[in-house]
Amino acid sequence: MCAKAILKEPTIPVKNYDRDLLIELYRKMVSIRLFEQKVEHHFLAGDIPGFVHLYIGEEGIGTGVMANLTKEDYIESTHRGHGHTIAKGADLNRMMAEIFGKKTGYCKGKGGSMHIADFSVGMLGANGIVGGGYTLAVGAALASKLREDGRISVVFFGDGASNRGTFHEALNMAAAWKLPVLFVCENNEWASTTPYLTTTSVADIADRAQGYGIPGYMVDGNDVLSVYETSKEVVDYIRSGNGPVLLECKTYRIKGHFVGDPEKYRTKEEVQEVFDNNNPINRFEEKVIEAGVLSREDLDAVYGEVEAAIEEAVRYALESPEPDPSELFDDLYV
Amino acid sequence: MAETKKITFSQATLEAMQEEMERDDTVFVMGEDIARQGGIFGQFKGLPDSFGSDRVRDTPITETAIVGAAVGAALAGMRPIADMHFADFMLVCGDEIYNQMAKVHYMFGGQKTVPMVLRAPDGLINQAAAQHSQSLEAIFQHIPGLKVVAPSNPADAKGLLKSAIRDDNPVIYFEHKALFNTKGEVPVEEYFTPIGKADIVTEGSDLTIVSYSNCLQTVAKPVAEMAEKEGISVELIDLRTISPIDKDAILESVAKTSRLAIIHEAVKQGGVGGEIAAIVAEEGLDYLDAPIMRFGSPFTPVPFARPLEQAYRLKPEAILEGIKRMF
Repeated sequence: MCAKAILKEPTIPVKNYDRDLLIELYRKMVSIRLFEQKVEHHFLAGDIPGFVHLYIGEEGIGTGVMANLTKEDYIESTHRGHGHTIAKGADLNRMMAEIFGKKTGYCKGKGGSMHIADFSVGMLGANGIVGGGYTLAVGAALASKLREDGRISVVFFGDGASNRGTFHEALNMAAAWKLPVLFVCENNEWASTTPYLTTTSVADIADRAQGYGIPGYMVDGNDVLSVYETSKEVVDYIRSGNGPVLLECKTYRIKGHFVGDPEKYRTKEEVQEVFDNNNPINRFEEKVIEAGVLSREDLDAVYGEVEAAIEEAVRYALESPEPDPSELFDDLYV
Repeated sequence: MAETKKITFSQATLEAMQEEMERDDTVFVMGEDIARQGGIFGQFKGLPDSFGSDRVRDTPITETAIVGAAVGAALAGMRPIADMHFADFMLVCGDEIYNQMAKVHYMFGGQKTVPMVLRAPDGLINQAAAQHSQSLEAIFQHIPGLKVVAPSNPADAKGLLKSAIRDDNPVIYFEHKALFNTKGEVPVEEYFTPIGKADIVTEGSDLTIVSYSNCLQTVAKPVAEMAEKEGISVELIDLRTISPIDKDAILESVAKTSRLAIIHEAVKQGGVGGEIAAIVAEEGLDYLDAPIMRFGSPFTPVPFARPLEQAYRLKPEAILEGIKRMF
């Protein structure tokens, strides 16, 4: 059955949400934001090597989707993967240490920002190759189907990545085999430095679901509650054995493609306007305060706790040792 | 001497699959035309009857997704075997092999293993031409994190495949298409051929010949026999594993014979022979009494027309002439 792509508005009133869930959504979004602000600061200060791609402004998506997953469910992430990893429940200290290239990091300093994985929470890896995660998520879902373990796999990707051949191969295979996979497109309007509409044949990536006979959904990715509610619906659908779904979350990339990107392809005003009007954290704060579910003090308390945790993560990373050159050959083969 | 039976190379790989799938229900196989057709070389015939079409899975024509899905399933705790139909098609899914399958264990700090096997029927058969005849092992020897094997006979085909399935590293298993119907003695009892260990096929004192896969049977062996008739005592080594390469076996043999020739079906330029020659030049130059000789196919794609294909094929007589110049 093909569902036409629809922009879902949240239907559950904010006051009906579980308070703990709202606090958790807020904590995750703020954790991602503050974590990445520190990463940006330390990258620009020269403390962090390599390439860093930030998720700032897109926190509502990873947070809203992941709130519907269990620790056992699998995710495949992207080069812009810090947010997904934090939302899936990874340890902030070990993440920060990996980004700093330290021995105490998730990958013992062998991965860096683009190659963080935490298999203990079902996070099967970020990927430096755009579109590299689709087929791996399909394979993890195949494993779940063969074992009948009830897990689902979620793969995150951008609008640009939806033009990779792997997207189409993965959608077809997942659909043909009715595998439990959720394809989450984070349409942030920028394929590296190119506006996606100049290189993409459809305005809405969700429409591509129809070509594979699976449902396609669209949602406002800057509204974490919309993402939460829609992904709850599709996660239930997938978990019930109906096969894959394509979910497109409309958002905007607030930061450059990478930290240090001169961003000659757009104006500062354009970015600022989106950020001012569509910042998922601010929008969430306004909603919950207006609904009277959480107070400014409640939010500030969470914010303060997260700030302290991020400070601790930076301290942990800075004080951690670098890997020893003798570890170069470790983990090449089992 | 252990009891043996005479079976084909194809049957040997089938037995390896059957034994390992019975033993371990995380092992499954997927590829194009493998369940309904039994594989184009008959190497999967009957397997779905034993294990069903979930574990012996016909895929869409989608090599990229086949390899990627195998990597993902391996990361999720399974032991997939992915069939590439023809080795040439591995080049369709370069990213999945080079960047994912080979690297995720290392770049994620050893958190998870990738216990998968990629079966890749390779090499020349009659007039299959440029995109269905390649020998690609050198490309994969160059990628850290992969293991690459290439058996030359039914016994090793079974033993190496069983080892590959049980190996926690990703293994590319090259099986030469011309070997599938060849017969050989295979032990009846369970056994394993170790990955990373070359086999001394015949011992000798004047010349070491290193070869592998079908080329060992159809070229290197005849060359060795002709050389023996010329009074040259040949030590013939079946490399069996392309990566990690068994340096010790090669160096020990060259220390004994003082001469080295490498014969492989893949094109000579950039081939495995170059790696072996470099190893001996770096670590065993003092052993040598003559320059190392490499023999490989000419540096062209495999042509279609019979006279051209014949011109392309390695000629034992010509190789013998080259070898005689080493003395």
